[in-house]
Order: sequence, then structure tokens, then C-alpha cells
Amino acid sequence: MKRVYVKEEWCLGCHLCEYNCAFANSNERDMVSALKGKPWVSAVQIEESADVCFAVACRHCKEPLCVTACITGALTKAEDGSVRIDRDKCVGCHSCIMMCPYGAVVMDGNHVANKCQLCLTNKFGQPKCVEGCPNGAIVYEER
Amino acid sequence: MAIQYNNPLFEVVRNYDRCINCRVCERQCANGVHYFDEKAGKMLSDETKCVDCQRCVCLCPTHALKIIPNPNSFRKNNNWKQSLLCEIYKQAESGGILTSSMGNPEEFPIYFDKILINASQVTNPSIDPLREPMETKVYLGSRPQGVQKDASGKIICDLPVHLWLNMPIMFSAMSYGSISYNAHKAMAMASKKLGIFYNTGEGGLHEDFYPYGANTIVQVASGRFGVHQGYLDAAAAIEIKIGQGAKPGIGGHLPGEKIVGDIAKTRMIPEGKEVVSPAPHHDIYSIEDLRQLVLSLKEATAYTKPVIVKIAAVHNVAAIASGIARSGADIIAIDGYRGGTGAAPTRTRDNVGIPIELALAAVDSRLRDEGIRDNVGLVVAGSVRSSADIVKAICLGADACYIGSAALIAMGCHLCRTCHTGNCNWGIATQKPELVKRLNPEIAAERLYNLVTAWNHEIQEMMGGMGINSIESMRGNRLMLRGVGLNGKELEILGIKHAGE
Repeated sequence: MKRVYVKEEWCLGCHLCEYNCAFANSNERDMVSALKGKPWVSAVQIEESADVCFAVACRHCKEPLCVTACITGALTKAEDGSVRIDRDKCVGCHSCIMMCPYGAVVMDGNHVANKCQLCLTNKFGQPKCVEGCPNGAIVYEER
Repeated sequence: MAIQYNNPLFEVVRNYDRCINCRVCERQCANGVHYFDEKAGKMLSDETKCVDCQRCVCLCPTHALKIIPNPNSFRKNNNWKQSLLCEIYKQAESGGILTSSMGNPEEFPIYFDKILINASQVTNPSIDPLREPMETKVYLGSRPQGVQKDASGKIICDLPVHLWLNMPIMFSAMSYGSISYNAHKAMAMASKKLGIFYNTGEGGLHEDFYPYGANTIVQVASGRFGVHQGYLDAAAAIEIKIGQGAKPGIGGHLPGEKIVGDIAKTRMIPEGKEVVSPAPHHDIYSIEDLRQLVLSLKEATAYTKPVIVKIAAVHNVAAIASGIARSGADIIAIDGYRGGTGAAPTRTRDNVGIPIELALAAVDSRLRDEGIRDNVGLVVAGSVRSSADIVKAICLGADACYIGSAALIAMGCHLCRTCHTGNCNWGIATQKPELVKRLNPEIAAERLYNLVTAWNHEIQEMMGGMGINSIESMRGNRLMLRGVGLNGKELEILGIKHAGE
């Protein structure tokens, strides 16, 4: 399946992917109404230290530990191979966060888990972080 | 200094209804213009540092930013323009010469904009490049003077060495040092894919780019930096740089801070040392001396590579070109006064040299009059801004054009003209690793490929419109040009008629 991969070499640490992600999953028409003055959470996170930065997002593992760990069935492996989340079922137990070896699951302000669903479930249908990356540091491809 | 004589040149206009405090502008500004004020809870700007590179504007995800000229003005004076006052304030403070980057931006005539191209109507019908062959391949170099036969009557097929371009466009000389590794890599990759050439400038050839040698022109300039046998052997052609359009008559200068790591190694000079290319080649004081260098380079490469001599367009350019054509060089490159640079003294950039259109016409006419035009290929540079400029240049007599600024613009440059600060926010004219990585060479190479391909299509369209199906038939075809708003002397030099004639 096509997955989101990061190319650390080209990541500028601009954080645009985070804003694009939050906007894409907001159901709002534009980024201003989606993010201005509101709490938001992104399913992709920039990790950075002095000289290194890169985006971290769900790897959509073949055998996802987060799905195994989920106590409510909120996390599932879809037929297309992507790992999906039904946020209505999440009880905020943090099990997925503890199990994910990549740190790709995050909690939002309401203690509901959030993770990348490759924008397959929103109106964009293609990862918005990839489209918005100014330097080709995030790609969506089959490997 | 307590008194700021110079006001900020630009104003940062932020639409707070749109700004989401994402701080992308802050992270992307190497000049430190934008900052987040925790107390106020909003983004603010220090406009004194802004160079109008437009990086923040281009990356702002909510289009909340505009950079506009500072409307503050000194009392209007047609003689003492505001820019002159600003420059005097600057020099009164620093005591140094003024430095500028990229090409001459002053209000001199742009002859390309006063020349119009012909098209066929009824007779000599136009050609549709989508349906019929349209040849834009160009051979650069000396052409055979006629058919030659050996003693047994067989035709001698040995052609002089030449460059073969898929289209009449090459990337100008820009050194590794003045521009970044990634910018160089992008040009090398694009040249290979396009079947054209890029030019190393005076910075040597980074060892990573030797695989692109078949698409590389290596430069031998007055400082001889980075020149060695392997460098010459790697290239498709060798260019002797006598002068540069942006700064005719003076050498180059690369500050010590930029001479780091691979740049020092590639240039074969110690790290951290100022690099000053001499103004002249100290072994060239005549055409005869030039001939010695041309032949030395040919000898060094076993006569397998064409030699280009690049000069700046100056007052006596036609006579100089005539000399070069007799020096054994295969190609003459002429760089007009609008040509770009990574750094040049402002007064030189803005006041020395002549327009490329006039220089080209004068050189082509002179070489034709002397019957030596076919001895050499003719390449022009110095602000070739579009495919139309290329068509006009070829009609005026050029074989091909170098594009430098246009190539940088394709990669993201916004002509803020502060290359000399080394703080290029687009990752082009900088050596700071965190800025260099902003230019992903794969993306930049694709953009260069797209630009040149698009221009080639446009050239084909214009050629077709004229009823011409090969560059060869267009070269020096000045009947295809007409001038508008030009006086008799200008038309005479350009060798074209006025529109309506």
C-alpha cells in the first residue's frame, strides 16, 4: 500500500505539515476558520533538535501494536492496509500511545487519541501534509 | 548608531484576521524579521532586516503576509533620487564600496522589448509545430568552410569539435560557492535530462558532479581556481572567462566565510581565506596571448573539446570578438550589462558595459563582414528573460543563449538582490547548511527542466509562426525583426528595420 514516508534530509522544520494536517481533518473550508483561535491537534508531528528535524506520522504497520492494544476497538486495520481510528469509540486510555514504537499516536485536548489516516477519511482523499510540504520532505508512495 | 539615516526599504503587512500564529514565517526568515510576541500573543516584525525575498509570503499557509515598498519618502528631487541619498548614508557610515547582487536594475533601455518578431501571412505559410517537424537542435563551434576532399576524391568527414544542444539554451556560469551545492546539482541534473549544458563558473567542479561531465562546461578564469587535469578532462567544453557582464573589467571576490569545507577543496584553496580573482588574466595581454591559452587548453585535452571565450559586452566588443574568432577559440560568449552576479560593486554593475542586444548585433555584423562568422559559435547572456528574448537574440545572430537569472528564478529566487549577504532564504546563494537544504535539487531540477522545455515549445511556436522550421534558418535572420520606438542609429546598429518598413 502507499504510505507516507519522510525524507529527513529535506525537512526544514517549518511545521507546515502539522498545520495542513489539522486543517485537513477539521472539515472547515479554509485554514483560518479551522485553526485561528481554536485548539487543534495534528496527526503528524515534527521532531527536532539542534540540527535535525523530521516529521513523524503513523507507519500503518503490517501488524499494528496500537490496534492490538486498543481496549475498545477504536483502532482497526482497514482492508486497504491503513490503520483507522473511530474517535467516538476512544476512551482515552493511552494504551495505543504506550504501544506505538514510533510515537505516532497523539492525544487531543479532549483526551481522544488521534492519528494519521492518510487523509483517506476526509474530503482531500490524499495526505495534505505531503501536498503542502514545501521541500518534498514527506512523500506518499508505494515502497 | 543612534540615528538611523536609512529607513527600512520594505513594510511587512500582516493581516491579523488571517494570521494563525503558525510561526512558519519566523522559522523561514534567516534575517530574523518575524518574531512571536508572547505577551501580545501575536506575530510582529522587525522591518529593518527585511530584504523582500518573499520566502515568508510564499510559505504563509493562510496568505496573511504582504511585503510592500516602504511608502515613506524623502522630499522629491529628480536629481537626488532617494536611492542615491540612501547609498550616501550607507557609505558615510561604512566607508566601503557599495556591493550589489544580481543584474543591473536601473532604467536603461531594454532593446529586446523594443523589437518585434515577424509572422507569416498568406505567402510563405506558417508551420504548425504540433504537426510538423521543428528543429531546435544547435551545434556550437566552428563550422566547416566548405566540402573538402582527400587525394582520392573522397569527402573528408572530420568536423571540428563542437557542442550539440537539444535546444538553444544553456545555464550560465555560476560558481559553486556563489551558489549552493544543491543549486549546482539541480542545474547538472536538468542539463543532463534536457540535453544541454551548465557552466561551473570559477568555483571548480565538485567531485560529486563529475558524472554530469558530458553536460558540463568548465570555466578557467583569472584566478584559475579549481583547475586541474581531471577538471578539464571531465568537461564537455572549456570556457575561458575574460569578463562578466555584471562587472566588466574587475575580478571576483568570495568572502572567507564562504570558503568552507568542500568549497575550499573544490577551489583548491585554503579554508577561510578571501578569494580574489584578479581583474585580468595575468598571462593574457593580447589576442596572441589569448591564443596561447586557448591552444594550451586544447593541447591539454587532446583537441577533443571546444574552447569558449567569454567576454563582457563593452564598447569595443566587436573588434575584441573579431580577435577572439581568430584566436583558435570555437565559441564566443558575450555577457551583457544586465547580467547577474553573486556580488559586484554597485557602481560597476550599474554603469559599466553595454546592452547585449547592441553588442550581439555589432559582433555578428563584424564577424560576417570579415567572413569569419562561421569560425565560431556565438552565445549571448546578460538578461535573457524569456523565449521571445531567445528568438530575438538568434535572429540578431546568436547561436544560443545562456540563462542565469532566469534559471535561479525558476528555482525560487525572487531577485531580492542580496546574494552577497550569504543569507539566501531560498537555499540558492548561500552556504549555510540549514539554508542550503531548503533547495531540494530534485524539485529544483524538475522546475528547470519544465522552464526550458516550456521555452523550447514557445520557440518552436514562434519559429513556426515565421514559417521557419529550423534554428539554423533563423540564425542571423534580421529580416524577421522590426524595431519600435528606436532611432535611426539604434536600428542601424541592430541591423533591423523599423516596424512598418
